[in-house]
Formats: sequence, C-alpha cells, structure tokens
Amino acid sequence: MTQNINLTLKVWRQNGQQDKGRFETYEVSDISTDMSFLEMLDVLNETLTLEGKEPIAFDSDCREGICGQCGSVVNGRPHGQEKKTTLCQLHMRHFKNGDTIAIEPFRARAFKVLKDLMVDRGALDKVIQSGGFISVNAGGAPDANAIPVSGEIAERAMDAAQCIGCGACVAACPNASAMLFVSANVSHLALLPQGKLEAAKRALAMVRTMDACGFGNCSNERECEAECPKGISIINIARLNREFFKAGFFSHNE
Amino acid sequence: MQLDGNIPSGPIQDKWDKHCFDLKLVNPANKRKYDIIVVGTGLAGGSAAATLAELGYNVKNFCIQDSPRRAHSIAAQGGINAAKNYQNDGDSIWRLFYDTVKGGDFRAREANVYRLAQISNNIIDQCVAQGVPFAREYGGQLANRSFGGAQVSRTFYARGQTGQQLLLGAYRSLCRQIGAGKVEMFPRRELLDVVLVQDQARGIVTRNLVTGEIEKYAADAVVLATGGYGNVFFLSTNAMNSNVTAAFRAYRKGAFFANPCFTQIHPTCIPVHGTYQSKLTLMSESLRNDGRVWVPKTPGDKRNPSEIPESDRDYYLERKYPSFGNLVPRDVASRNAKEQCDMGKGVGETGLAVYLDFADAIRRDGRDVIERKYGNLFEMYEKITGDNPYETPMMIYPAVHYTMGGLWVDYNLMTTVPGLFALGEANFSDHGANRLGASALMQGLADGYFIIPYTIGGYLAGNSLDKVSTDHPAFRESESKVKEMTDTLLSINGKRTVDDFHKELGHIMWEYCGMARNNEGLEKARGMIQELREEFWKNVRVPGLEKDVNQSLERAGRVADFLEFSELMIIDALNRQESCGGHFNEAYQTDENEARRDDENYSYVAAWESKGVGEEPVLHKEDLEFENVKLTQRSYK
Repeated sequence: MTQNINLTLKVWRQNGQQDKGRFETYEVSDISTDMSFLEMLDVLNETLTLEGKEPIAFDSDCREGICGQCGSVVNGRPHGQEKKTTLCQLHMRHFKNGDTIAIEPFRARAFKVLKDLMVDRGALDKVIQSGGFISVNAGGAPDANAIPVSGEIAERAMDAAQCIGCGACVAACPNASAMLFVSANVSHLALLPQGKLEAAKRALAMVRTMDACGFGNCSNERECEAECPKGISIINIARLNREFFKAGFFSHNE
Repeated sequence: MQLDGNIPSGPIQDKWDKHCFDLKLVNPANKRKYDIIVVGTGLAGGSAAATLAELGYNVKNFCIQDSPRRAHSIAAQGGINAAKNYQNDGDSIWRLFYDTVKGGDFRAREANVYRLAQISNNIIDQCVAQGVPFAREYGGQLANRSFGGAQVSRTFYARGQTGQQLLLGAYRSLCRQIGAGKVEMFPRRELLDVVLVQDQARGIVTRNLVTGEIEKYAADAVVLATGGYGNVFFLSTNAMNSNVTAAFRAYRKGAFFANPCFTQIHPTCIPVHGTYQSKLTLMSESLRNDGRVWVPKTPGDKRNPSEIPESDRDYYLERKYPSFGNLVPRDVASRNAKEQCDMGKGVGETGLAVYLDFADAIRRDGRDVIERKYGNLFEMYEKITGDNPYETPMMIYPAVHYTMGGLWVDYNLMTTVPGLFALGEANFSDHGANRLGASALMQGLADGYFIIPYTIGGYLAGNSLDKVSTDHPAFRESESKVKEMTDTLLSINGKRTVDDFHKELGHIMWEYCGMARNNEGLEKARGMIQELREEFWKNVRVPGLEKDVNQSLERAGRVADFLEFSELMIIDALNRQESCGGHFNEAYQTDENEARRDDENYSYVAAWESKGVGEEPVLHKEDLEFENVKLTQRSYK
C-alpha cells in the first residue's frame, strides 16, 4: 500500500574538487512510498530551490536501470540495500517512516568528486579505449551467419555484456579495484569467436590501463559481485586472469 | 526557397548505388585535412563518429552525459529489424521497405525508406563482427522474433536489451578511435548554438557542464545526432536529459523543422502514479502476445480486479478488432485505452490505466513458460509498482515514446543549412507518421555507419571550404548571445522552479496535442503556451552560478526551448487537417474511428522555416511521390 513517510537525510555536499566536503542534514516529509529514490531527491531539490538554497547535484539519465549514469552510496551500500537494483530503481517502499538515510558519492582514487554526489568516472572509458573492442571497421564484415556462435556461448557472453559501467563495483571494493568491470568486458569479447584473436592483447592493455588510472588490485573480497546492479559474476575475473596469464606467457614482443 | 530532396533518378532499387557512384570522393590522404563535429553519441552519433574517424577524418564528438556509453539509445528493449530472410519466411528488402512505408501511414519518402531496408542487412553483419551478443539458436545461427506491423520474423535481439548491446558495440568502435587519437571526445558538453560562416555550418558553441565555461569549436561540417523531443511532454519514456535544444537552435539558425506534430505514443507503459513522477517506463510490446487488455464494463467500478467476474469485464480490443485482437498497432491500441478511460472505465487510483492480464496465459501455459518469456519485465514491473503481475493484472497506460518529426534533411541527410547534417531520431526522414517497432535502432545505425560516411564526403569534396577559426566574428557573436541567455535565466530569480514550468507545459501538450487532437483544443493550447512562456521569463527561479556545475541552469535552457518548440508542434498539428499515424485529429476519422488521411491535400512533408522569435514560421512543402507502393486505408478489424 502507498504510504507517505518522513525521513532524515544526511547528504554529502562538496563544492568541487578543492572543497573538503561535509554531510548536511535535511528533513523530508510526505514522501510517497511509490517514489523512486531519485524522485525523492528531486522533491528535496525543489524545496531547496524555493528556499533559495542550492540543490544537490547528482547524476541520472534513463531512470530505468540501464544507462549507468546514476549511483550513490546509500547507508554504506552502492545503489542502496536492494539486490540487483540501480539507485533509480530503488523505491521508497523499502524505507520506513522516521528512517535516517546517509547518501554519499562513489568514492575511489580513480573517481574524482565533481560536486556533491556527482563523480568523474572517465577512467572507466579510458580502460575501454585502451583495448576493450574488436578491431573491425565498418564495411568489411562477412554475413552475420557466417560466424556461428553456439547458443550457450552467446548467453554467457551476454551475461558479461550486461555491465552498465556504473562503477558500483569500484565503490564497493575495499581496494577500489575495477576488476569486475574490466573482466566483464574482457570475458564478453574473449568468449566470442570474433573477439578471440585479440583476447590476450586486450587483457594486457586493459589491465595496464586500469592500474595506470589508479584503480586498486583485486583481493577476492567479492563485494563487487554482491553490489553489482546487473548481477555480473566474479567468474569473469577468473576468465580475465586466464587471458592475462596467457598473454604474459605467450607474449613475444614484450 | 524550393525544397529539394536531392533524390537520385532511376529505379528505386538502383538509386543508392547510383548515388554513391555519383558522389564526389575525398581521397584518403586528404581526409585528414578535414575536421568534423559530431554532436551526440547514441546509435547514430556514436556510429557516425567512429566510422568517419575510421575513414581518416578528424572528429570531435560531444555528449551531454558523463560518458558516450550512456546515450538514450541504450534503453531500447525490443530489437532491430533487417531483411535477412534467415527464417526463409518470405522476407525481402522490398517487403521491409513496403511494411515501413505502410506502417508510417504513407507519409515517408520512398527513396529513403528503400535505402534503409537495403542497408539493414549490412548493419547486422557489422554488429556481429563487433561482438554484439545477439540471441542465437542452439546450432549457432542468429535467432529472430516477430514485431508489430510485419508478418515475417525479421527482428534481431539481445534479450530485452538490444539497444544497450548495439550502443555498446558502437561505443567500443568509438573508443577504439578515441584511443587511436582520431576522435577527440568531449563528454558533459551541451550544444547551445550552431555557428554559420557564409551561410555554411562551421562550428558549435557549447557549455562545459562541469566548469560552466562557454566553449567554441570550429570544423568543416557539423553533424547533429541529438535525439528526439519527447520530453516536451515532461513525462515520457525518454531519459531525463533528452531535449530539443540542439535541433531547435539549429532551426533558429535556418534548418527547417519537418513534421513536428508526428509523435508516437506507446500503448504499454507503467501508468503515472503521482505528481512527483519524473519519467515513465516502457513495458515491451511483446507482452501483448499473451496479455489480454480489459476494463470493467461499468464506469466507476472500483472493485479489486479479482472480484470482477468475466461477465463484468470488457476485453475491448478483442471485441472491436477480432482479427488482430490485442496485437493491433501502437497508435490504435493507445487511442483505444484513452477512449476507455475517457468513458470513466479506467482503473487504478488515478483512473488512467487499463488492465493487461496474464491469468489466462498462466492457466494455459503454466507460470514457468510465462516467466521464461517475460520474467525480466515482470520483475521490473514489480520493482516499480510493488505489485506482482503473476498474481494481479498489470496496469498499463500509453506514454510518449518517440518522435517521428525532426530536422528536415535531403537524401544526403543534410539540413537546409549547408554543411549541417542530422541523423537518427533528430531527423524526420524514414518513419513517416508512425514508426514500426524495432526500426529506430535500424535507422540510427544506417545513418551513422553507412550513409553519412559517403554523403559527407560528397559535400566536402564539392565545396571549397576556407579554414575558419573560432576567432571569427560569427563565433564571438554566438558566444555573447548564449552568455546573454544564461545571464538572463540566472537573474530572474522568480518564484517557480524550472520543473514546475516543465510539468505545466507537459500537461498542456498531453491534454491538447497528445493521442487525440482537435482544432479547438490546439488553438487553446497555443494561447496557454504563450502565456506560460511569458510567465517563465518573468518568474522562473534558477539557483546557482554560471561557472559551476548547475543542473537547474541546464534544465532551464532546455525548458525555454521546449516552450518555443511546443508552439511549433501546435502550429504543425493545426496545419495538417487530416489524421495519419500518430497525428489523430478527431474531426478526421473513418466510421470505424481510425485515422482518415487526406492524400489529395496532405501528402507532403511540412517543413517549417523559423523567421525569428515571436514571428510566425513559414511552411515549405515537400510533396511525397509514391511510385512503388499503393496508398491504402489501414484496417485491423
């Protein structure tokens, strides 16, 4: 049943990279339990605006859990406490009247806070730019059915390809490692026959860039898997390690 | 000015090949001398930027999101059409062409649609080569499914996330070119003006959404792939940041805007549930394969659905359209849901919803089968509404989903401004008055991978373009105009928020320019919009600073443009005194309440020329010639 609830929010406010940042407390009332978490923040922002204060900066776009642009740490959990749910799909019916909710940005050495809850995740793009692709130009592709891919392999590749690049895995990891993200990309392409040729080179390049961007190492904490809104499995990290070792062993030119 | 579509002569099958041969070429060594700006990184923009860079051009690519991977193409669910005929069920390029022209209610350009159908096959090949994990049969061949408006299975898909996978494919190609230094990527930038030098598009002015700086970029050609304008309705299935600003500011600079009143309302979305709601969520069309749509027979019947016996239910689509039943096309299903709710038979707290009931299907096939087919959609529905659709019927209602109108382009995808191109949903070209399911992805990628790479070369090779720098007075003029608007918005300091204005505009548009329209309502809406716009410029409150992250300021600029653009939609709807596809004027319907076209008087593209703020736009007509398909009245009885 729809109810209206009152909440206390402790929201991280930070005016740019130079600012140290602090929590500020806001009371919100008459929040419908049908609202999404971000709609609740919209309501608060409308109030702040009318009070002459500056609204809270936060990212969001599709608000249906697929673009990966939203994401904050809610009560210590990236995207909040619900399993396999992005912040935009977290609804207020999972909170109780009188709750206090702490909201802070994804924190990692590789993610700079731009303002309030908004962070720069450009490092994830840099990792893909270093090799997360199949090198094929538009125009020369053979007929699509000329490359058979078994249904099972296609499904496994799709499981890995679901990653939305939100960075929750990084925020969840005690080492702020991007291994789940990188491994999802590496496995997706390495599983498919089209992507096998470059598999080793790809794994090497992406892991090196990940390190260079300031992401930490993987120490098998499995927090990433637990918090991933798309349920990406750490099996992918094992596949990445395999590709990475192969690349190390068989590398001729390095 | 006489509109020239530049459609090649000759038989329709040969037009594109002939045109590719006739287009002038830029030799490989010279391509690196040209700079091209691409705005947008969705299926059209991302694929265009990547492909132009592969050819050797220097590309600057811009997007408003924090990463090019987030463009709203990513949210497309169902699939992408192609005339591969892998199912051996009688598909062909000709059939895809025919279905698309007919589905668009005969308001699209034949030559463009035929080319789209031809290219559809290359797209699938390209995407597979890139590693898009399309669904496969056990034997390894690609799987297909059926979609509305077609009697063959030609839709390729990747679960319910086809848009995501195709977009990430284009994104990976784009990343490869960024890594290679051929594309310079500018995320978190918003286009605020297109700069013309000697009547040619030579650059853009953007706002850096992190620093607030106004930035200027010069190039030899500008490509807009900035999506549709569904958010003029405030609530739509579009992403929060989708907007009309880039297209509208191009219109103000001389690019004609075509058929702005052609909007698509999708029948199966999760209904509105409160005034705070920020967006609407689509439930895939495929659900209508097994779900039955109904409302109570008696208006005002507020009983729980499980307490309403069969005899008190009206399965109105099955009753009215016995041969198509629940699978009538989108526009018909949407209008009928509205009709039932207008009669007071709507369900749920707001009375603006109808039931989509899976009880019979679950009884017939078992819960397991239904779960395998629609599990992820049922889960998403439960997440949003808190109701379990296995136990109680879904509630659905139509919502704004796609806009067929857009910047007018010729066969080369060039607008009426030389050197300014428009791709994907941002142009008007291929869907006429109604888009078929699984055709938006096809068009975006066709434009980006396979059309613009050829036609932009023809433009560059055919024009002598002097080098232009951002020091040119035209850039400075643009910059100061943009700054002036920002200053004004920040200084009004009124009493209403930007969203408050946007919501009110959305209500006006939905009420009077939505699923059904009439002249009186349109006239009324026009007055209301003018008043609202006037109030906006006196009473909007935009907090924060210019040189900082300022999301209120971003939205204020977009809403200011929507407040202008919405009036153009009304003007277009009033001009088109017929019904066709997504444009349904109540005065023009058949005895069976279907859209009644007037081919004699309205078989044209309405392209509007801006005469400046506060001036009436001027209509230019591009007559549509149908040489290959026969115009008929659609019927689904």
